[in-house]
Amino acid sequence: MTAGAVHPTVAVLERHLTLYRRLWQASVFSSFVLPVLFLISIGIGVGRYVGSIQDVDYLSWIVPGVLASTAFQIAIAESTFSVLGDFKWVRGYHAMRATPVRPADMIGGHLLYLVFRVEGAVLAFLLVVVFFGGLHSPWALVTPLVCALLTVAAAAPVTAFAASIDHDSYFALLFRFVVIPSTLFAGVFFPVEQLPAVVRPVAYVSPLWHAVELCRAATLGRAPAWPVAAHAGYLLACSAVGVFLAVRAFHRRLED
Amino acid sequence: MSRRVADQPLIFARGLVKRFGDFTAVDGIDLEVAPGEAFGFLGPNGAGKSSTMRMIGCVSAPTSGELRILGMDPVRDGATIRGRLGVCPQLDNLDPDLTVRENLTTYARYFGLSRAEGRRRADELLEFVQLSDRANGKVEPLSGGMKRRLTIARAMVNEPDLVLLDEPTTGLDPQARHLLWERLFRLKQRGTTLVLTTHYMDEAEQLCDRLVVMDGGKIVAEGSPRSLIQSYSTAEVVELRFPDGLDGNAGYAAKLDGVGERVDPLPDRVLVYADDGDSAVAEVHRRGLTPASVLVRRSTLEDVFLHLTGRTLVD
Repeated sequence: MTAGAVHPTVAVLERHLTLYRRLWQASVFSSFVLPVLFLISIGIGVGRYVGSIQDVDYLSWIVPGVLASTAFQIAIAESTFSVLGDFKWVRGYHAMRATPVRPADMIGGHLLYLVFRVEGAVLAFLLVVVFFGGLHSPWALVTPLVCALLTVAAAAPVTAFAASIDHDSYFALLFRFVVIPSTLFAGVFFPVEQLPAVVRPVAYVSPLWHAVELCRAATLGRAPAWPVAAHAGYLLACSAVGVFLAVRAFHRRLED
Repeated sequence: MSRRVADQPLIFARGLVKRFGDFTAVDGIDLEVAPGEAFGFLGPNGAGKSSTMRMIGCVSAPTSGELRILGMDPVRDGATIRGRLGVCPQLDNLDPDLTVRENLTTYARYFGLSRAEGRRRADELLEFVQLSDRANGKVEPLSGGMKRRLTIARAMVNEPDLVLLDEPTTGLDPQARHLLWERLFRLKQRGTTLVLTTHYMDEAEQLCDRLVVMDGGKIVAEGSPRSLIQSYSTAEVVELRFPDGLDGNAGYAAKLDGVGERVDPLPDRVLVYADDGDSAVAEVHRRGLTPASVLVRRSTLEDVFLHLTGRTLVD
């Protein structure tokens, strides 16, 4: 390798960043403004009626939930149309396929880009939250790491899905039956223990719930529902399976 | 370079087969393309040209047979081989949200080039394909010919040993085609090895040193444009159009039997293959036939194609 040479995965990341530099304005509202609006309207508005929950004020309780769910939303939204589009309309993956870039590099570059996007939103959100007094423990510093893990755990399987379908109408099913339920029942705005026992497994399979639990444990400085290793292990497992499925889907789609 | 022994073929195929389920797209072809050659695949849609190109481009694995690209195995060494290929696909896949120049610099990074080197080559290639004045513009407003030139520039960004062009001028207007041919001819002069597919006879005659005619997944003829014309056609062709031609051409063909070497009735005209067109025309008149129009022309690859596949090239 000569000076300035680059790994194909990084080259793919750079392409996403170059595109983002041109299109970033479109995502400012959903990535940076919306989470804060959520926090203000629900945290303060609803919080006034709720008072405190599990011994902390409601706003502090939902901060980690809104944080993780912001990461979750970005990870999924950016792995649907843009992935399918690079197969169907832009054919950017076909262009890469003609070069030394391999499917694993395409997926790696995509996920690194999403982590970058998520971390931007996460850090901005944490900065705002500090002024609301929403962080109660120095462990809050690990939340960006948890959000990075959640990003991969959520984005990788969705990327595999997007690479396997032929029409964007399938995304409506994904949002209706997977994303919305797993957001609603993931302990973002209320503890999953409030749910009837039959619904609770929906939370347990959602990667978002595991990330919310870890983030909440970090920002409030207490232990999560399950052992940390179990939550982190579940997120790692989702990531590994997702990446495996995505690599396979990309190979199939680009092969013949 | 140790990887390339002099005179070793850049492409070597023996009994190459590609099947999709029950459908055999490429049915056992043999190929050899030497460094510096401009090699063409000619044939109608569905002949197996693109499937062959995709195997050569190391994006589709052969079903069976032997294939070596740059002396390497396309399945095992795919990424290494692709690093030394330039590919201009049939469907444009430029990045519409990037500028013209960014399309090249981004692509250069896929080959591991440094940013500075990518910028240098991008500027040089934009000059070469005459798009320097559009460097900072968007891709979307470019004409079809400009987009294709940009795609060719992009295919050159890694200074490839072998450039694959899949129907490079399909869908372009005549002016754009000629400009593109002229640029490709320059590449050829520089010693770049070109492999292209086309269903345009004039394109194959303009650009290819050697070509194969494919039909139904098989190679039905191989040679230089001139040798193919010599082997499968006559020096000249007389095109006769009769006033009642649409129904009667088969009948006229019978009356023309023995004029020239071969007579081929088409729906709209009758072709008489003869080495001396003028004396063939004289014979037509001597037989008392009065065509509405007579055209004597040189034989082209289209005639070869008609003879070999028994039909005109249609999309």
